[in-house]
Amino acid sequence: MRVVIWIAEGTWETCVTAAAALLPDSAAITLVHVAAPDAEAVATGAHMGLLGRRPPRHGAPALETLSGEEATALLALARERLGREAELVALRGRLERELIEAARGADVLILARDGRAPDGPKSIGPGARFVLDHAPCPVLLVPGTQGPLPGPPPGAPPLPSRGR
Amino acid sequence: MSEFVALVALATCLASAVARPRWAPDWAVAPLAALALFLGGVLSAHQARLTLRTLGPTIGFLAALLLVAEGCAQAGLFNAVGASMARRSGAAPRRLLALVFAGAAITTAVLSLDATVLLLTPVVFATAARLRLSPRPHVYACAHLANSASLLLPVSNLTNLLALSATGLSFTHFAALMVLPWLAAVGVEWVVLSRVFAADLRSGAAVPARGDDAPWPRFAAIVLALAVAAVVLAARYRMSPSAMAGALQPGFLLFVLGLGVVVRAAGVHGLSHLIDQVVPHSSSLPGLLAIAAISAVCANLLNNLPATLVLVPVVGAVGHGAVLAMLIGVGVGPNLTYTGSLATLLWRRVVHAHDADTDALGFLKLGALTVPAGLVASTLGLWLALQVVR
Repeated sequence: MRVVIWIAEGTWETCVTAAAALLPDSAAITLVHVAAPDAEAVATGAHMGLLGRRPPRHGAPALETLSGEEATALLALARERLGREAELVALRGRLERELIEAARGADVLILARDGRAPDGPKSIGPGARFVLDHAPCPVLLVPGTQGPLPGPPPGAPPLPSRGR
Repeated sequence: MSEFVALVALATCLASAVARPRWAPDWAVAPLAALALFLGGVLSAHQARLTLRTLGPTIGFLAALLLVAEGCAQAGLFNAVGASMARRSGAAPRRLLALVFAGAAITTAVLSLDATVLLLTPVVFATAARLRLSPRPHVYACAHLANSASLLLPVSNLTNLLALSATGLSFTHFAALMVLPWLAAVGVEWVVLSRVFAADLRSGAAVPARGDDAPWPRFAAIVLALAVAAVVLAARYRMSPSAMAGALQPGFLLFVLGLGVVVRAAGVHGLSHLIDQVVPHSSSLPGLLAIAAISAVCANLLNNLPATLVLVPVVGAVGHGAVLAMLIGVGVGPNLTYTGSLATLLWRRVVHAHDADTDALGFLKLGALTVPAGLVASTLGLWLALQVVR
């Protein structure tokens, strides 16, 4: 059984917890982190608006290097929390494209709800939504945050019961 | 003929600054173009001298400011700010965003937008990454606030410095009139960014900050405080700012000087007349809104620097309210285009044909949300301030 787990800032913990509880010992696990390069592009792209000025030349690491290091550190932390062997894969690019590629050939993909609110509409972000729709394998969707599942919103009518 | 030559010179300066070819650096092209216009008789000696005399002190002042900002960075002030943000945020993304807003708004106001873009943004990126939070909202906030929080003080943006003498306002009077517009612009950014990035700002698994707790560089902080005090005093008592100038980024300073002369030539030969016909000559609320909008369009078409140089003589004749509205336009406006101007954006597309598009698209969408609202709210704030502050 090949399992791919999406590791992202903010939601990685519940994915790992679910995997540790549910997966058999024989499962071959791959932890995948996808870094979106757009924040780096904005940080460096803003330089171009400063007509005629040059960025300073001190020895700060390039943002891409930094983001790579942090991705690796997060993946290592996730593996430690998982408490078993896992392959670590750090990717860069659009979440939907990279994650679907990474899940090709897997038996299950574990994905967190990463949207605006854990219990509201849009509980799944646009990237993860695309992955849900186009995943090449079955997907296990877990809550984005730790703790009990949220109840029905206040004042909501009770769910209609079937077969009265 | 002179019109044509002056405009070609201006286009050449801008092209060299945007494309940055190795064989024709902007710091050489702009002064050479200025010299050529002078030698060719397109610009009179009197006009050239006038431009240099008004720009000189501003440039010297700018050099001092750049020196202080760079010194603060070298001393580790921005790293200490980053570490403090990490600690105070408690790894809660929304609280970190609030701290980034405060940090970027103050850095931009005190040390100018260059400091936020070049020195603070990388630190904020690193801080978010170390807290294992998505850096997107925080980096976008820095990029946006570098423009929209640059309204407060004359030193916050080079455009403000260039237009200060045209307003005829003192440093404190300028600040008093621009407090409301500044707060309005920052408020609009907060409302829009915290909604657009709501998903990234959901608090997730809190992870204690990794590693270094950078100490505050006391010496740099004191120097910065002294520099701010010096700026306030010098502006207050109209001391010559060039007296405080240290040389940094001489290429940039040369470029601005050259560009100033070239823009003056283009202005004398018809460009000012053209703009004069478009810009409303009124400091009423609709007039101010129109000036801010036109300035924002100019800043996006060219870049805020040449746009200011072109617009100042025209709006300066209308009054200080009009100049401040123009500054709102060239300050907030550039958030509409990812790289501060359409020309730069198009050039980037030519150079990195494939991957720049998606990044730019997100920035353009965000700018479409913040810029119109920011322009209206800030101009409204300015109009109110003009009624109250005399």
